[in-house]
Amino acid sequence: MRERRSRFWLLCAIMLSVVPSAQAHLMNTGFGPFYDGLTHLFVTPEDLLPVIALALLAGLRGPRFGRSVLFVLPVAWLVGSTAGIWIAPQLTLPGLEIILTIGLGALLAADRPLPFAFVVSLAILLGLFHGILNGAELAKGPSSGQMVAVGVMVGLFVLVSLLAGQAASVRLPWMRVAVRVAGSWIVAIGLLMLGWSMRVPA
Amino acid sequence: MRHFKTDTTGNSVGFANTVRYTLVSLLLLLYPLTAFAHKRGGEAIGFASGFEHPISGLDHILAMVAVGLWGAQLGAPAIWVLPVVFPMVMALGGMMGLMGIKLPGIELCIALSAVALGFAVCTEARPKLWVAGMIVGFFAIAHGHAHGTELPMGANGVLYSIGFVIATGLLHATGIGIGLIHRWSAGRITLRLAGAVVAMGGVFFLWKVFSGDAA
Repeated sequence: MRERRSRFWLLCAIMLSVVPSAQAHLMNTGFGPFYDGLTHLFVTPEDLLPVIALALLAGLRGPRFGRSVLFVLPVAWLVGSTAGIWIAPQLTLPGLEIILTIGLGALLAADRPLPFAFVVSLAILLGLFHGILNGAELAKGPSSGQMVAVGVMVGLFVLVSLLAGQAASVRLPWMRVAVRVAGSWIVAIGLLMLGWSMRVPA
Repeated sequence: MRHFKTDTTGNSVGFANTVRYTLVSLLLLLYPLTAFAHKRGGEAIGFASGFEHPISGLDHILAMVAVGLWGAQLGAPAIWVLPVVFPMVMALGGMMGLMGIKLPGIELCIALSAVALGFAVCTEARPKLWVAGMIVGFFAIAHGHAHGTELPMGANGVLYSIGFVIATGLLHATGIGIGLIHRWSAGRITLRLAGAVVAMGGVFFLWKVFSGDAA
């Protein structure tokens, strides 16, 4: 168990050290940095898709999983954003965020029992990784990066609470199937995104 | 001078409509278009063009609806396994197409998919679940690859992909929705007839492939 945990943190450290150049542009609502952050998630599918997958996955696994992800993911995202603002990494590793999306979608579609620590670790990984990407983009912008990051965190909290809550309350078998189908769609979207990222010009 | 029709109370119906259309037109002019700054010449610019792509070809529509119909005929768990398998494997095929990996006989496979799936619906074929999954997956690769190679260069692959997958899923859902008539005896006959129509469509596309008319 300890060896597995060490391997996980080692993987995290490697991934964080080779963060790709930021692609997600943060939107400008005109209402200030907090609201820019609040709406960011809802207009950035690259960030939204893995969050939907993780929230539904946590919800399907039960209220305990959902509650943990609800608090862990936004905090990890905020920590990642803060780190991203300060570090502003320039190294690239294309495809990693897409692979993360595909993995989360596949776990959702499979709907298999998962260890609690694994799901929480996924939330930390996702939050840190996407947070750093956001932070790196924020560092380039003129507005208060920290306030935008706080807005993103609040948006995440709302989104995860809604989705995980809904998924946790699923009782009818066909509704569970519908959630799993959503996972398969996320995998499909992720695979196509991967194809786009490796596209050969005609 | 233009005359407008009047209703029973003597009010001008045509004038009211004109005002309404003008208001709608003005509102549309106010709609911010800054997000669509890219030229719209058939490029993959976002959700709408991605959504449009799977429903723009009858061969694709027939096969995808047939997957839903067959799933509904087979019942649980195939009713949801097949529509889950198809988009994922299709996306894999699409990824291969986007990456420039060549596959032979794609158009032939697409035409055959309508024939085979239509035949399966028509005869109410009941293979084992994994066999049905393999059949659907095999044809899904061909459909996905064709889409992947046809995709024009565009600005937003993510939104395009979302639109594409949702449209595909909705086509399957349409098939499943229609397939729910399977619970009635008349519905079962209708479904088998629908399968025959899909198979005949497949034969038509097969003929087009062999005659060199395939798009």
